[in-house]
Amino acid sequence: MAEASAIRVEGLRKWFGEGPTRVNAVADVSFEARFREMLFVVGPSGSGKTTLLSLISGILRPSAGKVWVEGRDIWSESPDRLADFRLRTVGFVFQDYHLFPKLTTAENAALPLIIRRVPWNEALAQARRQLEVVGLASRADVPPGKLSGGEQQRVAIARAIVGAPDILVFDEPTASLDGETGHRIVGFVKRQILNEHRCIVIVTHDNRIYDFADRILHMEDGRIVGEERPRA
Amino acid sequence: MLGILRIAFKLLINDRGRFVTLLTGITFAVFLMVQMTSMFAGILRKAAATVTNTGAPIWVMDPAVNNVASSIPMPDYVRDVVSSLPGVEFAVPFFSGAGLVHLHDGTYQPVMILGLDDTTLFGRPRLAKGRIEDLYAEYGYAVVEDEEYGKLERPDVGTDFELNDERGHVVGLAKLPASGLFGLPTLYTTYSRAIQAVPSMRFTLSFVLARACSPADVPSIKKAVAGLGYVARTQEEFIATITRFYTWHTGLGTNILIMTAISFLVGLSISGQAFYSFTLENLEKFGALKAIGTKGRELVYMILAQAGLTALVGYGLGVGLCAGLIALAKLRVPDYASVVTYGNLALAFGMVVVISGLASVVAVRRVLRIEPFDVFRG
Repeated sequence: MAEASAIRVEGLRKWFGEGPTRVNAVADVSFEARFREMLFVVGPSGSGKTTLLSLISGILRPSAGKVWVEGRDIWSESPDRLADFRLRTVGFVFQDYHLFPKLTTAENAALPLIIRRVPWNEALAQARRQLEVVGLASRADVPPGKLSGGEQQRVAIARAIVGAPDILVFDEPTASLDGETGHRIVGFVKRQILNEHRCIVIVTHDNRIYDFADRILHMEDGRIVGEERPRA
Repeated sequence: MLGILRIAFKLLINDRGRFVTLLTGITFAVFLMVQMTSMFAGILRKAAATVTNTGAPIWVMDPAVNNVASSIPMPDYVRDVVSSLPGVEFAVPFFSGAGLVHLHDGTYQPVMILGLDDTTLFGRPRLAKGRIEDLYAEYGYAVVEDEEYGKLERPDVGTDFELNDERGHVVGLAKLPASGLFGLPTLYTTYSRAIQAVPSMRFTLSFVLARACSPADVPSIKKAVAGLGYVARTQEEFIATITRFYTWHTGLGTNILIMTAISFLVGLSISGQAFYSFTLENLEKFGALKAIGTKGRELVYMILAQAGLTALVGYGLGVGLCAGLIALAKLRVPDYASVVTYGNLALAFGMVVVISGLASVVAVRRVLRIEPFDVFRG
């Protein structure tokens, strides 16, 4: 079934430095990601996966090319509107989670809503509901430092989904987890988080979780060198 | 906005070690700044005590006089001329000098002797015991019951004593709003008795105390007095003269200024360094917030809120600590010259604002420069 386009990228380039020291991190990349799709971007370290993820999520300005998210040319937006785009449309799960150790788990999960100026108690109530979804309702009031790596990953997921964003981006979600935990978490994301209104982009080089991908883009030296559909 | 500020406060307060370091820096700086300036204010208040206690609106004196203790005697006719000037409601003589009281144990105690106009007793103190008119009695003196009172062996009304080899008789115990700077007991008597008791030069008139019929008359009175070769200062001007003298001609003000500046630098270095470290430790987190969608100005508000909270709490603690220690010190040393004024508090607050402002500027620059992409790169 052909799903609507969530992300469309055309001729995307990103280079760092100029002259002889110039490094092409992403070189002429074009692709499309659809709603209800879990798209993996895989490749060796330094192939430009994380840079690509930053370009499509409104974090890093491309040197050339266009990115449309839900039909919106995100890089033509002002910095404030771009920040709003990241806040309302994209959910981030960082490789190191970047949870705040001095806040409780619920407060961490509620951050996107608090930034959106949702009243404190309401934001916390919604965060608790998302912690329930990821199975951490009982740990809502403890600081993240008291959680295991897998649990912290799930808090990061709760934080990413609490604002109901259409696009979710995961950067190396299993890098800090043992194989079984990583497998279980990505499976959970696929079953519970992905839906017809959402597109998930995962950057990884962990081939143990490739089975969950609807489509896999292979990157090397900043270019997409191949595409496969594991379940096709 | 309130939610994000609450997050900022939680990040700060829950980092107990860092928060305590920050507060210590600010508290210490405020304590030192308030302590230094309060001490100076206390000294100035005591130095001008006779002026405020007497309450005369206009003081006529030799132009070289810069405080009450170092009066230069004027001829008696000055009082007559001043009282006859247009716009002068009244003018009375005032004596200020020093004497020696012979104590019962054989030792001598220097005292300050203030002589009031015989007719009006203008500038008289409030008596806690005795009657003011008894100053007219033979050998009559009123002793000020202040921190220095004990140095005269706490004489009660009716006590005789020896002053400059002459007899004195205590007819009253007086209370004054402020005591003097030099730690001397104060005796009040009439002008005529004072000049008899204290050996002096040819001239005896220390000051002429006057009042103008209306404030509009003051400039013309000052001009006329200047024509006599003397100077007429309003109470505020005389206090300002005394303040200038102690600030710039005794080294006191310069030293206090240097100590206050050092306190400021100590506070700035401790707090600035601690706040900068705190920001550096949280830099990745600020980057994550930026990636999630927090705007640059919201991050600035967070940092300013953290700096503001630290400044306010540290200011409160510093002022409280200073006030507490001054109160304790006054219990042990009653004439300890230190007073916390609104001016001291405002100065310390201004400096705290500058300290936290400078610390925030450095932190804000770092936070605004952090790229959310750095968070992705790890």
